[in-house]
Amino acid sequence: MTTHDEHRDSGSSSISIEEVRHVAELARLAMSDEELAACQNQLGSILNHIATIDGIDVQGVQPLAHAIDMSNRLSDDIAGDSLSIEDVLANAPAIEDRFIAVPKVLDTGDGE
Amino acid sequence: MNDHHTMSGLAARIRSGETTAAATLDACLESIERGDGTIRSFQCTGAEAARTRATEIDRRIQAGEDVGPLAGVPIAIKDNIVTRGEPTTCGSRLLEHFRSPYDATVVARLTESGAVPFGKTRCDEFAMGSGTEYCAFGPVHNPWDTSRVPGGSSGGSAAAVAAGFCHAALGSDTGGSIRQPASLCGVVGIKPTYGRVSRYGLVSFGPSLDQIGPFARTVEDAALVLQAISGEDVHDSTTIDAPCEDLLADLHTPIEGLRVGLPREYLDAGNDDAVNEMVQSAVQTYRELGAEIVDVELPLTDVGIATYYVIGPAEASSNLARFDGIRYGERVAPGPGESLFDLYARSRGEGFGPEVRRRIMLGTYVLSAGYYDAYYKRALQVRRLIRDEFEGVFKQCDILLGPTTPSPAFRIGSISDPLSMYLCDRYTVNANIAGICGISLPGGFTEVDGRTLPLGLQLQAPALGERTLLRAARMFEQATDHHTRVPDSGSSTVDA
Repeated sequence: MTTHDEHRDSGSSSISIEEVRHVAELARLAMSDEELAACQNQLGSILNHIATIDGIDVQGVQPLAHAIDMSNRLSDDIAGDSLSIEDVLANAPAIEDRFIAVPKVLDTGDGE
Repeated sequence: MNDHHTMSGLAARIRSGETTAAATLDACLESIERGDGTIRSFQCTGAEAARTRATEIDRRIQAGEDVGPLAGVPIAIKDNIVTRGEPTTCGSRLLEHFRSPYDATVVARLTESGAVPFGKTRCDEFAMGSGTEYCAFGPVHNPWDTSRVPGGSSGGSAAAVAAGFCHAALGSDTGGSIRQPASLCGVVGIKPTYGRVSRYGLVSFGPSLDQIGPFARTVEDAALVLQAISGEDVHDSTTIDAPCEDLLADLHTPIEGLRVGLPREYLDAGNDDAVNEMVQSAVQTYRELGAEIVDVELPLTDVGIATYYVIGPAEASSNLARFDGIRYGERVAPGPGESLFDLYARSRGEGFGPEVRRRIMLGTYVLSAGYYDAYYKRALQVRRLIRDEFEGVFKQCDILLGPTTPSPAFRIGSISDPLSMYLCDRYTVNANIAGICGISLPGGFTEVDGRTLPLGLQLQAPALGERTLLRAARMFEQATDHHTRVPDSGSSTVDA
């Protein structure tokens, strides 16, 4: 996989259809060939616009993940009310007894 | 707008027994029944649950209890904020049948203040959009011209207030999703300081950017709702851990001597002429009110969208990983020979609409191996520069003034290119990136194709600067009559 800088050197922020397909797989999004092609064009155009931040001098600037300075907060270790299992399971697409049912995992793998 | 038509006036009449919460709610539901067929601002009205709440308020008032400052006022809730036992679809097919097992903190706080939270207002799917066109259940129409969008993503909340269905509504703002629809619908909308309002129960989009805030017809009404929902919450560790002061304390203090900053970048040639004229006229109003106008510069205004469309989608792609068809939401069961991977990919591929998929793709890309430093890390570095730039400018002035949006409401379906849609938020995203507070209020009107369309004036203040923000907004409102105009399709807000 090429780096962003190499893309900049080639004068384009375009993204190949193979990369789009790979990203869709990473994101667990099933899309048709037409949807992937449309996505390729749109991502290319958005990435071109995003490239405007390449012009900003960020030498020595610390990344800022949160705009408001705050530190970790500790709570008292006191058990509170929890949601009822029935309420939570009411939203599950498939349940068995008090569990959420999923297709067999071990035999099939998850595509990786 | 006399006392009868303000929220505080209504609450006073309910408290005094002149009318009741139940009668007020009924009038509100009737007006929605009558008028929402063309506006489509509500996904559901939750009438039954709301009647139970209203009856309880009336019972407590009759028993002599002080039920709070928002006594009996119906307040609509955006469809990405959970209410116990009721639908929260986030405008997505994926959550069409979801029922929350709990109330969001803001919903609980409204109830504690005596309000009657009700219904769910339509929004762009997972709050991603600028026109409420990306709602899987159909678009919302602007009450000023129903061929146009109400803005987004909180378009349903803005339209409901503009149409006079209710005095106030809650929305959420990640890059402008409260202020932009407020601007396009001619109502007041506040994006509070990051951490001012609990996000517990808000379906997360960009957790370092999201804030819940109010819509109302007047600054004072919006401030009352903001006061009710603000404050530390043990369920949201990013809420500011200090007692929330009286945000309305300075509301009626004259602004003589207030330093109003006018960034030159906000009067861009790319704005509609009418928008730039509205801003100039607002500057004149502030001068007449005794404010000092300070010319300032915010050169990073233009890189806001580029920065936002790295950080927002990056956070969204991680957040929306929870919608995997396993614990909640629609599941597409794998066919013969298909694996668990296919369950995830098909549930998500079919459940999410195109804009949500686009942002997940973009976010996954910028976070992926080989791109993280070039995109995500760099965007976070620019984020610090944007925050520092605001901090520098707020040494020269107390508030910033400018347009909320570059143009008035656009026609439904007229913007097909995603990037063009994103650029609608050029004046709003930086407040989210920097965590500061902002408000959009009616600043003027323009005539387009024979229709009157509202234009929003945006004010911004430093983090925790809401008192000054609200005071400056209130003084402008008092000096103008824009907030008293209502769309032809709407009516003055219904009271019992």
